[in-house]
Amino acid sequence: MAWDYSDKVKDHYLHPRNVGVVENANAVGEVGSMVCGDALKLTLRINPDTGIIEDARFQTYGCGSAIASSSALTELIKGLTLEQALKITNQDLARYLDGLPEEKMHCSVMGREALQAAAANYLGKEFVHQEEEEFHTVCQCFQVNNVTIENAIRENGLTTVEQVTHYTKAGGACRNCVPEIESILARLVPEKKEEPKPEPPKAATAPMSMFRRIKIIEETLENEIRPALHTDSGGLELIDVSEEAVVVRFTGRCHSCVQSAVTLEFIQGALEKALGQPVRVREIK
Amino acid sequence: MPSVTYLDNNATTAVAPEVVEAMLPYLREEYGNPSSMHDFGGHLAKHIDRARAQLAALLGAHPDEIIFTSCGTESDNTAIFSALETRPGKRHIVTTQVEHPAILHQMEFLQKKGYEVTFVGVRPDGICEPEAIREAIRPDTAIVSVMWANNETGVLMPIEKIAQVAKERGVLFHTDAVQAVGKVPIDLSRVPVDMLSLSGHKLHAPKGIGALYLRRGTPFKPYIMGGHQENGRRGGTYAVPSIMALGAAAELAARHMDAEREHITRLRDRLEAGIVERIPAVHLLGSREHRLFNTCTVSFEYVEGEAILLLLSEHGICASSGSACSSGSLEPSHVLRAMGLPFELCHASIRFSFSRYNTDADVDRVLEVLPGIIRNLRRISPFTPPALLEA
Repeated sequence: MAWDYSDKVKDHYLHPRNVGVVENANAVGEVGSMVCGDALKLTLRINPDTGIIEDARFQTYGCGSAIASSSALTELIKGLTLEQALKITNQDLARYLDGLPEEKMHCSVMGREALQAAAANYLGKEFVHQEEEEFHTVCQCFQVNNVTIENAIRENGLTTVEQVTHYTKAGGACRNCVPEIESILARLVPEKKEEPKPEPPKAATAPMSMFRRIKIIEETLENEIRPALHTDSGGLELIDVSEEAVVVRFTGRCHSCVQSAVTLEFIQGALEKALGQPVRVREIK
Repeated sequence: MPSVTYLDNNATTAVAPEVVEAMLPYLREEYGNPSSMHDFGGHLAKHIDRARAQLAALLGAHPDEIIFTSCGTESDNTAIFSALETRPGKRHIVTTQVEHPAILHQMEFLQKKGYEVTFVGVRPDGICEPEAIREAIRPDTAIVSVMWANNETGVLMPIEKIAQVAKERGVLFHTDAVQAVGKVPIDLSRVPVDMLSLSGHKLHAPKGIGALYLRRGTPFKPYIMGGHQENGRRGGTYAVPSIMALGAAAELAARHMDAEREHITRLRDRLEAGIVERIPAVHLLGSREHRLFNTCTVSFEYVEGEAILLLLSEHGICASSGSACSSGSLEPSHVLRAMGLPFELCHASIRFSFSRYNTDADVDRVLEVLPGIIRNLRRISPFTPPALLEA
């Protein structure tokens, strides 16, 4: 099956940047395995005084998009502080590569995980989210844990088991863990919840009409969000408002900005405050 | 795009120029329907008869045992469907773990419908033992279906013996011979096969034409229900140009089989020897002795197959892989796993498959670029032992 890879993905797998191992690395992150079909070893040298990632190199076992995602990751994080680098989401990585086929999104998730592992290694922690009490392996075939799945669902707005498989590989082989993935989705995705949603704080008054909802969203975007974006030479269009989500499109510089997922969080926060209820903001290109 | 080095002939083949010529009149002036009463269409029935005879000759069959279909998959589906329809009460099927999806996915469907299926395993060299088939057959077995040659490895199954086992037990026997027809001699007057599937585009006819061999006297129920074409065994207007193409392709294959075997075997062996000589840590997969002369399946340690294919493609070289990433699923080849190959070698497998149109220049081209591609990917891989990179 031929994948529809972008020119940028091709460029990165044909000419991968920063291959190898950083000498005197002080942060090493390793994820994946040969059995699973992809693996990434990321080595970094972080300046202990400034926290800046001075060098980043990778070694990857995997398909073209795994190599491209790893290469892109090293390009993105070099020169950032570790703190800044950790804000990069798998969506930022995919966006930097002008997109990945959905079935290949797990390659971008692997890049992000390797970075988290390297950060934990640098900070002297064992990477397996040990601070999370409920950490455990969900998918035995591909060794995917619940935290990885939960993060992928939250950060990418996933709603179906198939999407979770595309992004994390979980559930892609024997499918025994599909019921557990379904229950994680039911817990995290509001419309999948079995029990009724908890009452939003301001719902003591009458339920909000769609008209009023759109009006408040428009006002918030106009008064709070757009002024902030324009200072960055970027803009924002409101595309759609439904019960489930608010869909926006970035224009100008924001469109290509690797940090726009951070901006999405910012918009979501502002809208939730104005509406007094949880909102999901999605971006389309 | 550089010029193409096509080594993916188990996926599909170039249409032979002779076959194109044989088709053209039926795409132009001879557009009639062979089922028509008038002569303009009706006389084409004789042409169809000729193509049917050409194909029957390739198989050692009678022309009336050939049913033209649209593809190998339709032939496979028809064979299984007909066996179950004509043997009501028999709810069990025997097949292997290494069949083509055309069979495997139909089996999954039938399992959901309440049929029981035994998927017989294969040896590490990819061969299915006739005795394993014998043990799997039950009193309620309707049909045994075992492929003649495997598409991923080229491994040839001991079809004569397996067919004999099924016959002894009084069970229908079908073989998916899509990869074998035109490459290995097949004489159905000697081998007790009841049904056999084949596909035109694997032997230099166009896509969209296949056939099902149905031994005389075998009970049959049509899968495609319609007009009285194919003696009432498969509805649908005769695809005259494609049928004429398959007939011509079958005749070409029969005429050139010996010469092709010699030519292609030499190229394939040169490629394998060159790969083993130039690249360390490689594994040639599947039986050395019992396999199609055109197929070379090889696995490279520490690298992943899709990446190899993408880089080969940049050089215009077409091959395929059993890797998970290239298949659109997350699991690597079911064939290689059934052979007990470790996952990491399944992920790294590449299949080169030849046809009569390949030349020494094609082998040279692969040997020129493949070692560098593997070296580069191993340099990128975190698992490559340093000693291997220095070698």
